[in-house]
Amino acid sequence: MSNRNSKNHLTPEQELETFKSIHLDSPPMQSNLIKWVDSRLPIISALENTLKKHPYPKNLSYWWNFGSIAGIALLVQILSGLFLAMHYVPNTKLAFESVEHIMRDVNYGWLIRYIHAVGASMFFVALYAHMIRGLFYGSYRAPREVLWWVGIVIFLLTMATAFMGYVLPWGQMSFWGATVITNLFSAIPVVGESIVNWLWGGYSVDNPTLNRFFVLHFLMPFLIVGIVLLHLAALHNTGSNNPSGVPMQSKKDAIPFHPYFTIKDMVGFVAFFLVFGYFLFFYPNALGHPDNYIPANPMVTPPHIVPEWYFLPFYAILRAVPDKLGGVLMMFGAIIVLFFLPYLDKSPVRSGAYRPWFRKFFYLFVINFVFLGWLGKSPAEGWYILASRLATMYYYAYFLIILPFLPKFEKTLPVPESIDQHYKKQH
Amino acid sequence: MSNTNSCDETKRNLIKNTAYAVAGVGAVCAILPFIDSMNPAQDVQALASIEVDVSAIKPGEEKKVMWRGKPIFIKHRTADEIKQAQEVNLSELKDQQPDDARVKAGKEQWLVTIGICTHLGCVPIGGQGDYKGWFCPCHGSQYDTSGRIRKGPAPRNLEVPPYEFINDTTIKIG
Amino acid sequence: MKLLFFILFLIINTAFASTQSSTSALHPKQQKWEFDGIFGRFDRASAQRGYQVYKEVCSACHSLKLLSYRNLATIGFTEAEIKQIASEYLVSDGPNDDGDMFERAGLPSDRMVGPYANEQAARSANGGAYPPDLSLIIKARHDGANYVYSLLTGYEPAPDGFELASGKNYHPYFEGRQISMPAPLTEDGQLDYKDGTYATKEQMAIDVVNFLQFAAEPETEHRKKMGIRSMLFLLILFVLLLIAKKKVWRNVK
Repeated sequence: MSNRNSKNHLTPEQELETFKSIHLDSPPMQSNLIKWVDSRLPIISALENTLKKHPYPKNLSYWWNFGSIAGIALLVQILSGLFLAMHYVPNTKLAFESVEHIMRDVNYGWLIRYIHAVGASMFFVALYAHMIRGLFYGSYRAPREVLWWVGIVIFLLTMATAFMGYVLPWGQMSFWGATVITNLFSAIPVVGESIVNWLWGGYSVDNPTLNRFFVLHFLMPFLIVGIVLLHLAALHNTGSNNPSGVPMQSKKDAIPFHPYFTIKDMVGFVAFFLVFGYFLFFYPNALGHPDNYIPANPMVTPPHIVPEWYFLPFYAILRAVPDKLGGVLMMFGAIIVLFFLPYLDKSPVRSGAYRPWFRKFFYLFVINFVFLGWLGKSPAEGWYILASRLATMYYYAYFLIILPFLPKFEKTLPVPESIDQHYKKQH
Repeated sequence: MSNTNSCDETKRNLIKNTAYAVAGVGAVCAILPFIDSMNPAQDVQALASIEVDVSAIKPGEEKKVMWRGKPIFIKHRTADEIKQAQEVNLSELKDQQPDDARVKAGKEQWLVTIGICTHLGCVPIGGQGDYKGWFCPCHGSQYDTSGRIRKGPAPRNLEVPPYEFINDTTIKIG
Repeated sequence: MKLLFFILFLIINTAFASTQSSTSALHPKQQKWEFDGIFGRFDRASAQRGYQVYKEVCSACHSLKLLSYRNLATIGFTEAEIKQIASEYLVSDGPNDDGDMFERAGLPSDRMVGPYANEQAARSANGGAYPPDLSLIIKARHDGANYVYSLLTGYEPAPDGFELASGKNYHPYFEGRQISMPAPLTEDGQLDYKDGTYATKEQMAIDVVNFLQFAAEPETEHRKKMGIRSMLFLLILFVLLLIAKKKVWRNVK
């Protein structure tokens, strides 16, 4: 039987209450000017509360940096995208050349374009790392269900934004990727074809499609900012999870955000920029596809249509199913299944650090996901097809079979008494 | 926090503040390319200078060309028009400029001005008005044969763009 | 664990497996290029010769329409040379005051003039095949520089039994092994380089690749210089921040 510690058996509601009772000491602001502004718009005291009084687990590892890194990535995309939009023309006759105009004639245009293109990939690196953290440490479990769901919404919106963004340069992959993916909606019975023509604004991907994708691609990031604020509000309410999975119980477990996590987040940002810079300056096209430097041609289909790397695992799942509608459902289902995680994983132990068997299946899940990605860019023939089906089955099995049944069999390691104990042991 | 000695704390603050200062410098440097991207692009800058062949413009005639998106009046003045421009008493002018400050020495027959009224930006019409120069239909400004403002609300003379004769029949503007 | 190793084995195996069939292209010949690597720079002399190769050989069929004549300054042509080169071409302009389009001598600010008015004219003159524009060719092909080099130097007679379609040439480095373009570099000394270098086929191929690399990525040198400065800055900042972080966290017990 798994080791049970009575402190870990707080109900979600008890956990929330205990968390809300923890307040850190912090000397109040003295300045008269600040007091004057704050009495009329309490934004400064709100900030002060969040940064200095609100408790954060002191044992957070660097895996907890990826949330703020993803936030910075979003800001980088919005800034670079804004300046690109000053020069880009969303018309099929001019789009490709307007991007080349940016690359060749606009001052530092090449830099801003590559920041935006490489930045999209870096954004997904941060997102996937952030989600891996959540999956391993049980951050999706009660009382953080809503936080997790809002996160999945952000993931979906980001994928939609990235998909539309990739169409804008109007290269071969832009056009044919848009054609393949929008065509998927025709799988919907009865209304499928009407929906696709409605999406296209015509009878194929063409100028109306490009124009509306530009508008939506410009708009959605601001929507995402709003949802991110909801995500932060939900986090503020429940408090952060931590590597031990044991909730905060007293002041001894906690430290304020400032100065500890402000400086630690900065370290994370610079590490992020180092990876970003390596690709940006020396291998800016390594994560892209050469075919997108060929202007879109509706008469010529590229031999292998491939989406950007961050979509590849889902693309593999899509192609694994021989039926068109089935493939679409399995592909979207792969993300929908994430919504059910809080109810699928009922282990008494939250953090994967104390669940040896869960760990094995989880590492396999990650390797399988990477494998699915590799399969996504391989041609859909030969043994790749069987491999894609097996990998898809494991992906679903992890959530629907392994996680629910694990608690019945697994022997967990003893969980720390408290975060304080966990931190002291580690240092 | 209360147990550290002040020496440690100063050291900690120095490194922390240095790090933040360096980060700040980096952030400012990172913003500069974005701001520069709004400056005229290389293709716009390439058209910042144009060369115009003036050999086909007969005395009394005027040619209009576009330069940096603005109309340019290239007027081949007659001897009369030159004399009129040179004989004006400077104290009569709202914007005092002698004619020889507005043309190139040895090439007084050529008057090159930006064809935009200095009042509110309309394009004046050549060969009209009391002063035989240009007349702006928007609010009635009148310019003389040297493009100087003589009557009406415009505050300054028609602007002379930077130009030079690269040979006897070609001027380079900008 | 065993399953893990099996899967890793599969991945590694297939990553390195080569699917050699008789119509798939060979991997391009790997050359050392001066523009490669974090310290990459343009070989200006070679790129200028490469422009001459483009002008005297390739431009008969291939356009370079994303470049303007003024861009040649990046690889070291002088203002006078560029003015001269541009003026040798006729550029369509207008309409004039009579409403007609007319032709005039090219200016440095003009885009480079291509051989055909449009794609249809290009196809019509080349048996239905379209000689692609070369402005981005090195970025539009996997391992572009080596690919173009292999394409120019890799022509071979078709092996026995290979069925060549009419109008096509055998080429081991082209996907499908049948390419519409006949070998453009036919013999050593095909053209007289202005700087006196002897124009072997090998030399011309290298020079034109250097030129086309500049054509595709004119910002190469600026980008890599900025990259080295930025990465050094970030490394120093990273160390500073890491030390500061450790100092700030020292009093967390």
